[in-house]
Amino acid sequence: MRDTFARTLAELAEHDPRILLLTGDLGFMALEPFSTKFPERFFNVGVAEQNMVGVATGLAEAGFIPFVYSIVTFASVRPYEFIRNGPVLHRFPVRIVGVGAGVEYGSNGPSHYGVEDLGLMRMQPGLTVVAPADSQQTRTALCATWDLPGPVYYRLGKDDKTIVPGLDGRFELGRAQMIREGIDLAFITTGSITNQAVAAANQLAQDGISAAVMVVASFNPSPNNDLIELLGRVPLVLTVEAHYTVGGIGSYVSEVATENGLPCRIIRCGIQEPFAGISGSTRYIEQRNGLSAEALAHTARHAFHSLPTPIRESL
Amino acid sequence: MNSSAPTPQAVRAIILQQSKRANVGHIGSALSVADIVTTLYGSVLNIPRPREPDRDRFVLSKGHAALALYAVLYLKGWISPEQLNSYCTDGTLLGVHPEHALPGVDFSTGSLGQGLSMGAGAALAARLQGSTRRVFALVSDAECNEGSLWEAVMFAAQNQLANLIAIVDVNGQQALGYTHQVMDLAPLADKWRSFRWDVHEVNGHDIVAMSQCIAELNTANGAPHVLIARTTFGKGVSFMESQIKWHYLPMSDAEYATACSENGVTP
Repeated sequence: MRDTFARTLAELAEHDPRILLLTGDLGFMALEPFSTKFPERFFNVGVAEQNMVGVATGLAEAGFIPFVYSIVTFASVRPYEFIRNGPVLHRFPVRIVGVGAGVEYGSNGPSHYGVEDLGLMRMQPGLTVVAPADSQQTRTALCATWDLPGPVYYRLGKDDKTIVPGLDGRFELGRAQMIREGIDLAFITTGSITNQAVAAANQLAQDGISAAVMVVASFNPSPNNDLIELLGRVPLVLTVEAHYTVGGIGSYVSEVATENGLPCRIIRCGIQEPFAGISGSTRYIEQRNGLSAEALAHTARHAFHSLPTPIRESL
Repeated sequence: MNSSAPTPQAVRAIILQQSKRANVGHIGSALSVADIVTTLYGSVLNIPRPREPDRDRFVLSKGHAALALYAVLYLKGWISPEQLNSYCTDGTLLGVHPEHALPGVDFSTGSLGQGLSMGAGAALAARLQGSTRRVFALVSDAECNEGSLWEAVMFAAQNQLANLIAIVDVNGQQALGYTHQVMDLAPLADKWRSFRWDVHEVNGHDIVAMSQCIAELNTANGAPHVLIARTTFGKGVSFMESQIKWHYLPMSDAEYATACSENGVTP
């Protein structure tokens, strides 16, 4: 997603001189498509993310569309108050770009994980949050949102190669994308972890369990109506996210279900444990937190068979 | 609408009257910068009207002194008497800290350590747009406790933002004590100098000296500029001057009467 973002932004910048790119001294072998093409519109502001967001606020007030770039946690958690008091409070078109969502910085350890940004960002009114599932959707989403009048947060993964089957790069603000139909249960997911949910759905199919998979890449506006429709017709939903289970998509889906009185059972799959110094590969950390395809399928299978019998038989 | 040029007497009168009417504090901080904002809005800032795209920008980074800003905006005729009198009332755009939604306020502030970054961005924007407009950021001395301020200081020097002028209101006080007791800033001018800024030490109550200093700055090329403006907290009200408690306190009726008589203000 990272490379696709940089290439797409460079294409957009050819047509709109308002686009600037600021980095907090990160983006080696990633931002060159932009920085080599537009050196006068590219600024390495140093390891100073708070100032980066403040500077972007000043640039936006004068009519620019500044993109600020860093690893997820340094782009979001570190300068959070600058984001709130700057782009959000002023409603300026600053774009915050966080890369390496979830635990993609695996063995770099917990300091580099981005597991609370979705919660923090979707909490801010007027801050559009875009969390694509693959590189194709990254491109579509960037093209659909780069010139929104208000601020945007992009939650990106590093992987540009893995494509989510059935997504076909679809993105629409305020809508979710159904990438697999199913009637017994549904996975509702966001970001790079989507492929684990798809693989889990494939495994469940072998057991005769029909699992839908829905991707949510747009928050604020959020796809409430799409969720209401899905939650109204399946008895069980598993939310899947490389994010703490508090504040992210699990919380979001639970909010929609509760507010609309939907009887669907919701199980939130995400980062549950405190890291306590433990690190490892992305796959390892995801597995530890029950986010591998096998673990998700197991959780789904168990939850499905635990549903009250009348509900299962009515399907 | 009023449209007289701001005078320090008029600014102080509004600070006293409005803070008394609203029964709020931060009076000492507003009085501390009264002469600085009078200087800026009297003869320095090139602002034909609020929201004019190529106007000079002003960031009141020490947002808790917003009443002084509202006073000059009123005296310039950019906010109405009704708006001024809505200060700190329900539904107002004129809160204790300034909000961008109010025409005349370029940036919302209130959280210390953020304004200079926004000002640096505004100065960079002017350069990118080929404009000669300048950006002024008024920060407090205690605000220099904030690490983020020094991020902005380094960024402005690195990018040679000659069109950025910071003014540090050095009144020597912060919320709970004197700055030398809480987090000693000395040698403050040397600190800015060592960060490669063009440093000028001025009397923050001398309007002529400040105007002249700013007029002589090279805002086209070179380092960003800072005025280390020595001020007296609560300037003009004898019982407030250099007194910590006036960071927060509102005035009693008797105190208000004294403050008015000392400043030639009709209560």
